[in-house]
Amino acid sequence: MQIGLEHYLAVAAALFTIGVFGIFVNRKNIIIILMSIELVLLSVNINLVAFSSFLGNIDGQIFAMFVLTVAAAEAAVGLAILVTYFRNRGDIAVEDLNLMKG
Amino acid sequence: MGFEPIIVLAPLFAAVIAGLGQRFIGDKPAMALTTGVLGLSLALSLYTFVDYTWLGGEARLIELFKFIDVGGFSSTWSIRIDTMSVIMLVVVTSVSFLVHLYSWGYMAEDPHRARFFAYLSFFTFAMLALVTANDFLQMFFGWEGVGVASYLLIGFWYDKRSANDAAIKAFVVNRVGDFGFALGIMACFYLYGSIRFDEVFAAAAANPALVLDLNIVQLPAIEAVCGLLFIGAMGKSAQFFLHVWLPDAMEGPTPVSALIHAATMVTAGVFMVCRCSPLYEMAPYAAAFVTIVGAVTALFAATVGLAQNDIKRVVAYSTCSQLGYMFFAAGVGAYGAAMFHLFTHAFFKALLFLGAGSVIHGLHHEQDLRYMGGVRKPMVLTWAMMLIGTLALTGVGIPGTQIGFAGFFSKDAIIESAFAASETGRTFAEFAFWCGITAAFLTSFYSWRLMFMAFEGKFRPNPHAHHDDHAHADDHGHAADHAHHDDHHHAKPADGVAPAHESPSVMTIPLITLAAGAVLAGVVFAPYFLGDHANDFWRGAIERAHDPLNPSVAAAHGPAAAEAAHAAPAADAHGAAAGDHGAAAEGGHGEGGHHVPTWVLWAPFFVTLAGFLLAVPIYFMSSTAGAAIARTFAPLNAFLQRKWYFDELYDFVFVKGARALGDFFWKTGDKKVIDGLGPDGFAAVSKFTARQMRRTQTGLVYHYSFFMLIAVAAIGVYAIWVGGGLP
Repeated sequence: MQIGLEHYLAVAAALFTIGVFGIFVNRKNIIIILMSIELVLLSVNINLVAFSSFLGNIDGQIFAMFVLTVAAAEAAVGLAILVTYFRNRGDIAVEDLNLMKG
Repeated sequence: MGFEPIIVLAPLFAAVIAGLGQRFIGDKPAMALTTGVLGLSLALSLYTFVDYTWLGGEARLIELFKFIDVGGFSSTWSIRIDTMSVIMLVVVTSVSFLVHLYSWGYMAEDPHRARFFAYLSFFTFAMLALVTANDFLQMFFGWEGVGVASYLLIGFWYDKRSANDAAIKAFVVNRVGDFGFALGIMACFYLYGSIRFDEVFAAAAANPALVLDLNIVQLPAIEAVCGLLFIGAMGKSAQFFLHVWLPDAMEGPTPVSALIHAATMVTAGVFMVCRCSPLYEMAPYAAAFVTIVGAVTALFAATVGLAQNDIKRVVAYSTCSQLGYMFFAAGVGAYGAAMFHLFTHAFFKALLFLGAGSVIHGLHHEQDLRYMGGVRKPMVLTWAMMLIGTLALTGVGIPGTQIGFAGFFSKDAIIESAFAASETGRTFAEFAFWCGITAAFLTSFYSWRLMFMAFEGKFRPNPHAHHDDHAHADDHGHAADHAHHDDHHHAKPADGVAPAHESPSVMTIPLITLAAGAVLAGVVFAPYFLGDHANDFWRGAIERAHDPLNPSVAAAHGPAAAEAAHAAPAADAHGAAAGDHGAAAEGGHGEGGHHVPTWVLWAPFFVTLAGFLLAVPIYFMSSTAGAAIARTFAPLNAFLQRKWYFDELYDFVFVKGARALGDFFWKTGDKKVIDGLGPDGFAAVSKFTARQMRRTQTGLVYHYSFFMLIAVAAIGVYAIWVGGGLP
């Protein structure tokens, strides 16, 4: 069986779905949300690289590198906020993260 | 310009000085000023009357200055001197002067004497302005002026709740009547283009078929004007339906009741109807309305008078009843008799009120007849004067002669007029006649009941009496020139004799003067008002063409000519008969040629006697029979005592009705509908919407991101399926 574009896309879609569900269904831990976001971004990267290879166009792979960079920065900022938040509130449970409520 | 303006304006001047300057000039000077000025007014009025009646004085009009002159509408402050106004000038100034004098004694202990006298003088001014008016507007000015004075004087003891309520009631009920009066004046101007009496009468006579077109209904103009004016008269003169204020007005000081609510102000309605007699003669339906209202009032008030226990209320209902007599006299066309009764009534009713005041004063402000009795011995002068007043009120006299008290001439003339008018087929005249006869019987009964209960028998002290009244009395003991006054405190009165004291001479002199009027006013003036000299006396001031007692026309209605009068249209009969019977004056009371049957002449005499004879065993021979009868007929007694439940009815219909209507508009109309749909509704909708929308703001990041995802997915689906592919 030849591994084609569809398989890559299927893996990416699966990863995306897992990531999304990791964000929504998770009620416990902000770190899991950050990890899920990483998953979502990686699934997008797989799509970009797969299409790039499929179309023979290098742009997608270059864009994937950007995404990796931004994801790293985002993880760093996100974790920093998380640490500060923990220091302030003493807790990182998602349920209690409702300070934005009207 | 002669002295006439002084008569009218001097009391105003005195009122202003006494009212505003009291604190600078003191009580005594203020009282002396108002009383003195009234004395001057009285002297000038008497001179005017004598001059006009006997010395050939002319009817004249003194125009002072323009009041309003706008477009076609003009009104002038003026003093009209004619028979109507000279009669009223004498009545008003004489009673007012005597009441001023009487108040020196009656109000001696009151801390606000000067204010009282100022109000009295102001009232006199307004009343004089009313009676000397030459147009409806000045009359309305006086009309409202006396209303204000009445309000102020009823509520004179302003710390008394009931007095304030009564004052407001009088004002509000009068307002109902004044509304009709004002509409009548407007209708006059609208229809006839003038409000001057002579011009209105001339215009109405020139165009009797004029119609007042109200779009919905077409009314005969004269009927509409007369009807509306009479509604005003009903309010001012306390006629049936609008009578409720008069008995309550007795909350005011007694001199006020005598002056305003017996002798003068309440007769303004009668005066106005007589002044407008040319109009009423052209308005048969309005005149019939006047007749029926007057007759019903005469009877109704007399029945209520039977069961009242407050001495002043008995007299007040008596006033109401006598006013009813005057109105039905006017209604049947006997304006002369109406004015004559007004004239005599002023004397004897003021006398009765001042006498009642004297009794009240003597008994230290006890007004309840049940707690009087035995007052004759200590107050024999007051008793004698009250007796004369009662004889005059009940109309004691011998028919067919010139012997009788004042009420005999005027009241019998009214009853005979009603009978004579019924012979000519005048609407409701027969009804009025029988009401008059019945009311005469009741009048006699309640008057003697009052006399017997107050003066005879044993004194019945009030079990609830609080004796601080006596401390009160001590004050006025020092106040004036009656030192003997204190005696009764030391000398214990004999058993059964009231611990009363005779009033000071300043109070008894007005009583004696009025008593002289009550005796003589009838016999002296009957020939002028009704009899041989009537044509010279009235000189066209009232419409006498249809007067059933007018000797020059009424003879046609005697039994002999009755068929002729019935066969021919009434108006023709008057004219035809005028010549033949002009000299038909004979016998009677000097009223001239009215040929009423003998039984009609004697009927009032016998019913009056019957009333007296019935009162004797019940209230004179026995001290308990009256109460026993009241108990036996408890429902009837309650019905009469509660004044036919008029106050309760009005309370239910108007007071509660107005309140319910107000509640409806407030709670349903305003609160529910207007506020509900308006401000409150908007607020409620925004609040509700905000509450619903707030639920979406959970503050949880994963909710927001979920919505974002759903939205992105939805937009994507839309773009692909509906928009035909991603951009």
